[in-house]
Amino acid sequence: MSITRRGFVGSASVAAATLASGTAIAQKGKYDVGASDTEIKLGHTNPYSGPASAYGVIGKAIEAYWKMVNDKGGINGRKVTFISRDDGYSPPKTVEVVRQLVEQEKVLALFNTLGTPTNTAIHKYMNARKVPHLFLATGASKWGNPKEYPWTMGWQPDYHTEAVIYAKHMLEHVKDPKIAVLMQNDDYGKDYYEGLRDGLGKNVDKIVKHVTYEVTDPTVDSQVIQLKDSNANIFFNITTPKFAAQAIRKTAEIGWKPAHYLNNVSISVAAVMKPAGFENSQGIISAFYLKDSTDKQWDSSEDMKAWRAWMAKYNPGANPDDGGNIYAYAVAYTMHKTLEQCGNDLTRGNLMKQAASLKKLVVPMLLPNITVNTSATDFYPIQSVRLARFEGETWKLFGEVMSNEGA
Amino acid sequence: MEQLIQQVASGLANGAIYACVALALVMIFVSTSHINFAQGEMAMFSTYLSWQLIQWGVGYWPAFVIAVLVSFVGGVLIERTILRPLHTAPILSVVVVFIGLLAVFNSVAGTIWSYLIKEYPSPFPKEALDLAGLIGAHQVGVVIVTLVVLSALYVFFRYTPLGLAMRAAAQNPVSARLAGVRVDSMLALGWGLAAAVGAVAGMMVAHIVYLEPNMMGGILLYAFAGALLGGITNPGGAVLGGFMVGVLENLVAFFGNVIEKQTGVYIIGNGEKLTVALIIVICVLTLKPSGLFGRVVVTRV
Repeated sequence: MSITRRGFVGSASVAAATLASGTAIAQKGKYDVGASDTEIKLGHTNPYSGPASAYGVIGKAIEAYWKMVNDKGGINGRKVTFISRDDGYSPPKTVEVVRQLVEQEKVLALFNTLGTPTNTAIHKYMNARKVPHLFLATGASKWGNPKEYPWTMGWQPDYHTEAVIYAKHMLEHVKDPKIAVLMQNDDYGKDYYEGLRDGLGKNVDKIVKHVTYEVTDPTVDSQVIQLKDSNANIFFNITTPKFAAQAIRKTAEIGWKPAHYLNNVSISVAAVMKPAGFENSQGIISAFYLKDSTDKQWDSSEDMKAWRAWMAKYNPGANPDDGGNIYAYAVAYTMHKTLEQCGNDLTRGNLMKQAASLKKLVVPMLLPNITVNTSATDFYPIQSVRLARFEGETWKLFGEVMSNEGA
Repeated sequence: MEQLIQQVASGLANGAIYACVALALVMIFVSTSHINFAQGEMAMFSTYLSWQLIQWGVGYWPAFVIAVLVSFVGGVLIERTILRPLHTAPILSVVVVFIGLLAVFNSVAGTIWSYLIKEYPSPFPKEALDLAGLIGAHQVGVVIVTLVVLSALYVFFRYTPLGLAMRAAAQNPVSARLAGVRVDSMLALGWGLAAAVGAVAGMMVAHIVYLEPNMMGGILLYAFAGALLGGITNPGGAVLGGFMVGVLENLVAFFGNVIEKQTGVYIIGNGEKLTVALIIVICVLTLKPSGLFGRVVVTRV
């Protein structure tokens, strides 16, 4: 006698329904809109068009990640439906598509919506509607405020934390520090600058010069000249890729040789260090939390092998050197584990509760010893980085993991 | 003192960029009486063409010449196909078309070449032109190229029959046509030349600001300021205007710093560079509407 698979599954689920006696409907779990026995609906926004569309790779890679999860049977038997919409990095557009996602598509949660101004535009809305707004693709520090915004949580080390870590390193390793700061004049720049000031603490007067630039400025040459003139021996460079490359080149051109700290926003070798010139980039220090696919030392690690296999099978068109693919894999894994941890209670409240109780979660593609930790009061999942120095044509990690956990 | 000299030098270098783009704006204004908002994006697109050629193994200067020629043809084609039907349309329709072109060029370049910034080579020898770290070799090269283009345009408009015909066609199409000038061809030619000058500007700028689809955004703003300050009818004036805006914005930051150091009060600085430059432009235009060196246009009604 043979039992067909369908027959077996059928009788098993009848048995499960019988076991769950007391529930009137034959459902396996508790659900809010956007989740059921068979499906979990997640909403996402990303710039696929417009000036920031370089980030489009992240959305495509996350989609490829869920495809892999679904092929392997989904999360606790439920398939993930991932609805990703283009907002062109334009906040009004984000509001429009997010309302569609929440009110018409009825997603369970928003996941990894990208951009600081875009997420700012929907911050209040998500919290008023009590819809989870999880693991945002932005490093602003304001996403970790569970008291006022209990439905929103970031993911990557925030700018403030990163700057605090640089400040510690500057005070420890540079003799008689005199710090010059170049900063993009917006929320992102100010977040870093505040972090630096907090990290310096009573040594805040070590900042001898602070100049800003606007994104409409064609170059930052004039600003770099002003910084050099201050005789500073540390240069803290808070700039986006194009301006970072300009600043690095100009610094070398005018013969200024400070200890150069560059924010994690602009660590791309292809988009910053190479255009700036490798000869001009030697010795620059920055902070890392993800593995770099071009770094040979990870080639034999298990997660890198799994990542490469996934890239080949599910995301074959993408450029493996683009860090966006690594970021997407790691952040989607975090969401995957959080949903798994929810078990059969896929209510919005429980999803937030589980997101806020990740303990030492090891996430593939994060650097060794960096884990994801959250609690009801700590809405900053990753707060550790390792510093790296640019040598030759790659970043070389050095020192131990530096953390600002619990801040 | 050293800083002042460096700031002026860096201002001149930036000014050369603005001057180059301002020249292209003047070019189209002189030959069609329009201000082309898509000028910057067209120049960006031409620059990508030359970059692509260089990637395929073509040398810098051959790629440069090909890009300029292709841009010329492209400019003529745009005039023929897109603007020709709008000859009698009100100015607002034309402006909308220009803005549309801007968006189209930007997105197409982004789709083909992605938004990742790219290095663009400099054709100028590093050693020969380096002035003791004050101003880079490429910047000196840009200043020279700008002046060469300016002289060529001056000679063309001043001393050739074709240049004269183009000016006539722009300033008074009806009389020009009666005098036997082929006005339509002149307009197309004007577009072609403007696109070619824009291509030169783009290829000079790209080494400094890096090649990406949005590289001309901020520059076009300053170039407008330069062109208006110097006089949009006068190529020489526009170039001078471009240099003036470049130096001016650096001096604003410099003197802002000096004031802050002396008095401890922050009045102006890097954040207000563009604002101050534009205020000065407004003042000049209020007092002298045709710009510092512009010709006063008298229209009989």
